[in-house]
Amino acid sequence: MTAPTSTTATGPPYGDGGASEATMGRVARGHTGSRASRILGGLALGSIALLVLYGLVWSPPDTEMADSVRLMYIHVPAASFLYTGCFITTVASAMWLRRRTPGWDALAGASAEISLVFAAITLGTGSLWGRPTWGTYWTWDARLTSTALLTALLVGYLALRRLDVDPSARSTRAAVLGLLLVPNVIIVNRSVEWWRSLHQRSTLVKLDPTIEGEMLVALMVGFLAVGLVFTWLLVHRFRVAWLEYQSERLDLDIALAERRAEAEQRTQPTEATPA
Amino acid sequence: MMAMTHAGYIAAGWGGAAALIGAYAVWVLRRGRSLSRQVPPEERRWS
Repeated sequence: MTAPTSTTATGPPYGDGGASEATMGRVARGHTGSRASRILGGLALGSIALLVLYGLVWSPPDTEMADSVRLMYIHVPAASFLYTGCFITTVASAMWLRRRTPGWDALAGASAEISLVFAAITLGTGSLWGRPTWGTYWTWDARLTSTALLTALLVGYLALRRLDVDPSARSTRAAVLGLLLVPNVIIVNRSVEWWRSLHQRSTLVKLDPTIEGEMLVALMVGFLAVGLVFTWLLVHRFRVAWLEYQSERLDLDIALAERRAEAEQRTQPTEATPA
Repeated sequence: MMAMTHAGYIAAGWGGAAALIGAYAVWVLRRGRSLSRQVPPEERRWS
């Protein structure tokens, strides 16, 4: 781990006419890890090991779905943290539109990208669970279709963030789209109540959950493991997004310094010409 | 231990999820290392 360095000792390279060489001289090896993130990573790995034991060994098969119920221990937590990620993106997008601080924009982008990973896991495990349970990998059911639309919205959001335009305008456009994620999550979540659906209704969000015993424990361990993985990924991806922002700013400063130096070089011979 | 029913679906689901998260985590860590070399240490507030 690199020790914190005083700004006066190394000095930020931004806007100093010396530009690239000075910047390159200050390059230091680094990463996105910290003591806290390493502890979080250790806890995540431990909980994944526990999830494997509970989900694949200790929990019993379901009386109706047999062993295919073991896919639930990943599918349901992944879907829940897909919703959480979308919620974080929407809140961070709103905060970016209000405050215009780069941290909120970085958080929105980081969370959306992780949400897309969890959306892929949700759709993939759901599809694999659907084949033995419903007899098909895919059907245009309300829950499945709305989840696919949410995934498409996340892809669109991330594509918008990669447009080669002014960074502030790009972030603002992405943030407007990011605001639509939570309304979509509500539609996905309520779809099984609003429309006739092949997908089962909520298993846990009521006072009398439809599962119990070791299956409930396995699902809770699933939430713990997936939650820790989600948090670990969010911490690291946020730091990467922050580095991307700083790198982009640094590149812009260097380009400006080079243009300024070129302009100075062009004016110097004119001044030196004898009258 | 009794033989597991739907073992192929379970292996594909668990394995696919683990592979996707693992690959994404590796990509994030590598990208972080690569970008950290381009950014001054004082901008890496966590280190």
